[in-house]
Amino acid sequence: MTTLPSATGKKLGLVIDLDICVGCHACAVSCKEWNTGGYSAPLSDIDAYGSDPHGTWLNRIHGFEAGDGTGGRTVHFPRSCLHCEEPDCVTVCPTGASYKRSEDGIVLVNPDTCIGCKLCSWACPYGAREYDQSHGVMKKCTLCVDRIYNDNLPEADRVPACVKACPTGARHFGDLGDPDSDVSKVVQEREGYDLLPELGYRPVNKYLPPRMREVDRSHAKPAGERPAQIDAVHAPTAVEKFFGWADRVLSD
Amino acid sequence: MTAANTQPTIDTSPVVSDEVKATTCYMCACRCGINVHLKNGKIRYIDGNPDHPVNKGVLCGKGSAGIMQQYSPARLTAPMLRTGDRGSGEFKEISWDEALELAAKWLGEVRENDPRRLAFFTGRDQSQSLTGLWAIQFGTPNFAAHGGFCSVNMATAGLYTLGGAFWEFGEPDWEHTKYFLMFGVAEEHGSNPLKAALGKLKGRGTKFVSVNPVRTGYSAIADEWLGIRPGTDGLLVGALIHELLRTENVDLDFLIRYTNAGWLIIQDEGSPEDGLFARDGDGQPLCFDRQNERLAGAIDKHVVPALSGEFTLSTGQVAVPAFQLLVKRFLSDRYSPGAVAEETNIPAETIRRIAAELAQVAFQHEITLDVSWTDWRGEKHDKIVGRPVSMHAMRGISAHSNGFHTCRMIHILQILLGSIDCPGGFRFKPPYPKQTPPLLKPSGKPGDVRPSEPLGGPHLGFPTEPEDLLIDADGNPQRIDKAFSWDAPFASHGLMHMVINNAFKRDPYPIDVLFMYMANMSWNSSMNVPDTIKSLTGKDDRTGEYVIPKIIYSDAYYSEMVPYADLILPDTTYLERWDCISMLDRPISEPNAAADSIRRPVVQPDRNVRPFQEVLIDLGARLGLPGFAKDDGSPLYPGGYPDYIVNHERKPGIGPLSAWRGEFEDEWGVGTPNPNQIEKYIENGCFAVHEIPEDQRYYRHVNKAYIDWAVKVGYRITDKPVFFQIYLEPMQKFRLAARGHGSVTPPAEHRERIRTYFDPLPFWYPPFEEAMVTQDEYPMHAITQRPMAMYHSWGSQNAWLRQIHGHNRLYIHRGRAAELGIADEDWVWVSSHIGRIKTQVKLMDGVNPDTVWTWNAIGKRAGSWNLDPEAAESRQGFLLNHLISELLPKRGDGYRYSNSDPVTGQAAWYDLRVRIAKAEDTVDGVALPQFEVIGRPAAVPPAPANLRYGAEFGDPTT
Repeated sequence: MTTLPSATGKKLGLVIDLDICVGCHACAVSCKEWNTGGYSAPLSDIDAYGSDPHGTWLNRIHGFEAGDGTGGRTVHFPRSCLHCEEPDCVTVCPTGASYKRSEDGIVLVNPDTCIGCKLCSWACPYGAREYDQSHGVMKKCTLCVDRIYNDNLPEADRVPACVKACPTGARHFGDLGDPDSDVSKVVQEREGYDLLPELGYRPVNKYLPPRMREVDRSHAKPAGERPAQIDAVHAPTAVEKFFGWADRVLSD
Repeated sequence: MTAANTQPTIDTSPVVSDEVKATTCYMCACRCGINVHLKNGKIRYIDGNPDHPVNKGVLCGKGSAGIMQQYSPARLTAPMLRTGDRGSGEFKEISWDEALELAAKWLGEVRENDPRRLAFFTGRDQSQSLTGLWAIQFGTPNFAAHGGFCSVNMATAGLYTLGGAFWEFGEPDWEHTKYFLMFGVAEEHGSNPLKAALGKLKGRGTKFVSVNPVRTGYSAIADEWLGIRPGTDGLLVGALIHELLRTENVDLDFLIRYTNAGWLIIQDEGSPEDGLFARDGDGQPLCFDRQNERLAGAIDKHVVPALSGEFTLSTGQVAVPAFQLLVKRFLSDRYSPGAVAEETNIPAETIRRIAAELAQVAFQHEITLDVSWTDWRGEKHDKIVGRPVSMHAMRGISAHSNGFHTCRMIHILQILLGSIDCPGGFRFKPPYPKQTPPLLKPSGKPGDVRPSEPLGGPHLGFPTEPEDLLIDADGNPQRIDKAFSWDAPFASHGLMHMVINNAFKRDPYPIDVLFMYMANMSWNSSMNVPDTIKSLTGKDDRTGEYVIPKIIYSDAYYSEMVPYADLILPDTTYLERWDCISMLDRPISEPNAAADSIRRPVVQPDRNVRPFQEVLIDLGARLGLPGFAKDDGSPLYPGGYPDYIVNHERKPGIGPLSAWRGEFEDEWGVGTPNPNQIEKYIENGCFAVHEIPEDQRYYRHVNKAYIDWAVKVGYRITDKPVFFQIYLEPMQKFRLAARGHGSVTPPAEHRERIRTYFDPLPFWYPPFEEAMVTQDEYPMHAITQRPMAMYHSWGSQNAWLRQIHGHNRLYIHRGRAAELGIADEDWVWVSSHIGRIKTQVKLMDGVNPDTVWTWNAIGKRAGSWNLDPEAAESRQGFLLNHLISELLPKRGDGYRYSNSDPVTGQAAWYDLRVRIAKAEDTVDGVALPQFEVIGRPAAVPPAPANLRYGAEFGDPTT
């Protein structure tokens, strides 16, 4: 068993907007690209050019459909570590390799002490941990801990790689423990939610639900059908009627 | 036991790179700015350049996977000469000297004898201003790039109608638009700019409507998804036009000021002038001036043209305004919402509502910017009025045989709403708008092609009358792809998809050398793969030689096309070479700015490869081509491509790059070559932006200050305004020729087709394949979408991207599958009129019930790309291409037209109709057909089993 800090200074996490995620995988690939050479190096790829390629990814995108008929929608759902406040993946760790940072709440794995027993991945209900076959240790989202405090990067780049890359702007990063932070505000405003809250792990990351889609948002109403002309011998044709209008407008 | 919470100290501020080099991405056609971070000479990571006008710092999944493209095991490593049969993959390595000498010998013989016998076609290459120049100087009429199977319908319909076009030549005013309607964007053009814009629109509550048979990707986040039946978009748009007219929601002032709506059309059936503009003695079109109640020059400065009425000309002929003809057509019952509902799968009430929403936003939510500007008449306006409805359209319109007319209809819808180049509408990107169409005619008529002589001018242009066609006195095509012939008169991008087939048939004539670049023509870039392979390998019965005698191919990777070529000129990756995204070609401009960019080598090749552009310049010099060799035979650009980029002048002072020209490095557009120009681009992040002043950002078709500037910097060759062409007189000229008028008339067998499809007003007709097969036999449509993580990065040797899209499935509507007795994951036979494939299905709800679809270009041929022949891409992945005929059925006399749009020659690969049946025979989990496994040449070393990329960079603890 590994203990958790009694409280963390910050609660850093991601807020992911399901209203605008188009499922492009920019976040997943940019994550792999940064992290395969960063804190989690390497994120190995097994049988990379063979019949069963499978690599380590810290973020994966799932697409599914929900609802029926006009209420139906296609949802793209990025999945990565949620940096829970009560993470069983940490407490099950027999060596202390899995830990939650006291200063910012990031859940990390220490590759020097991880023995690759995989207990943590069994404990995580979100499937957010991946065992790196070639490295023999567990890997997971670090919130790009080697970017967000990195003095060698321009300040604007001190965000997780996925947040920087996301073309639609569907990913936000910040301190969810601070009610005045931008991320807390957007969660408040958009009714951001926890994934599987009933399990009690208290994820820090939040998802923003798709916005209500009013098909008829403008409340524009089509003009009525033109009157039936079958019986009206001298009624103008549609073309005459149109140009009658055009003439009036142009004569004004 | 409890492990103590001993938190290790980690380095949260490691040095991540020792150098950052900015360049331009090439993982798709978007041309985003990237920063390549290098450590110890290797790529640590690639991210978006925040200063770049295209992507503003973001980067998609493909761009982020550039590392795996760079270090791919599929890279070719040396020039190769084929030793086995075509298709075997047996090659021997040769030196660059041998390769270039051999290429120069083959090409030189052709040039001395008959330059037509070279067909030079490039794929999705972005250096067309160089490759085109080379082909002109070589003298062959047979040059084009991939536009014929990509977007020529969009480009041509746009350029003839507006002088600009969707995607590269214009885009919605994302900042101001209040309603966005998108047609047939199969998750592609554009990539990051479109995604970024959609995120913003949704954030501010702008309604986004997506018309697409498939609800994935962009359509997934649309406020309203209209699951249209493929190929019927023209009916939907026609019905929207019908509704706008019926409800009197039309911007009449816009029509009068900026279009040819008021120009008079001669109504004189049987006469050679029927359907042409009434013109005065100087050839200027006429209108009826409402103010003075008399005929007047339609583009005189002070006329107010009538939009309806019948007027008698001095010739005694009757003429009516173009708009009257348009209104008649679209107010007809054919285009009423009720009449199109069933065919389109869009309920009539939905169509009426969408039309009402468009009208409401355009006319009741207009935008005014307090910016004064002056129009071409000299009239000053103290504000800019915008109708904030915007539209975008791409593949789903383009890849149908009715795409040209459908795209024209979309532009007419925009015109009726007055939402072209106005705030909130569709906006041009410099150097557009040009004239309607641009003032450039195709070159390559008989007599223009002479041994050892350059062609008279550029290959690709915009015909406006039959005299512009590239045909001989008997009406026969002059180009190998039959572009600009009666088969495809407005083929402004050529028909690359027909080159191999035509060359094999020696129709219209045989060729000696096929020279291609970056185009996977033996696989996913051709319709009908099996027959294309037959054409590449077919031999002459008499001589035993290949019918296409010599094939030279340049590619960076071991693609399916490589084994079919005789001489391989291995290209570099996009991170190892120079490139120029030029104003002479397809620049990266934004509506508010003219912009261009370069690529520069950020890593050095570790193989014996050379950038194709360098090779082409070298070959040009070896062949002694004017413009590539000096009079003494020495190379004109000894410094290769960068030398050309800086020093080539298309016209005096105008070269490939616009910025930092002139002695003082301060000229934009026109100025003497500056030897420091490339350095300047590199210092600026490999791009240059010229902001357009506020008063020149809108109404640029008539904006005097903009037009004057565009002439000054060489974007335009005339200071005349641009009038949007709702009525296309050039088409009527072709139609008159088909009626027997004029000196250049189509041979009898082409006449009906020209008469039908060269309608000067757009109309809808069923896609050819739909009209050809019976509904009973082939009841379903089959189309592709572009996988967002793979679009244009098909090279699925990319170790990361292939884990996202390793194989594709055929998606089918859940209800339709149930009717067919097909369950999720079942294997099915998919049959078209030319063949059948076997594949595995996936059921879904968000697809038009009459449509099946799959991801494009995921299937790979076994043995290609240095993948294991057992790779999922080959065993389970598949292409629809095998089912698509490249030809239409025989005409009465046995002739077969290309399966293309009859106006532009655009490959009609979305027209495909199929039948789906559960495959009961086998469940071995292998897609069919399977092609013979391609061998791997020695110059492509075996791929590694596992990757630990980046392990050397990692230093997790301190």
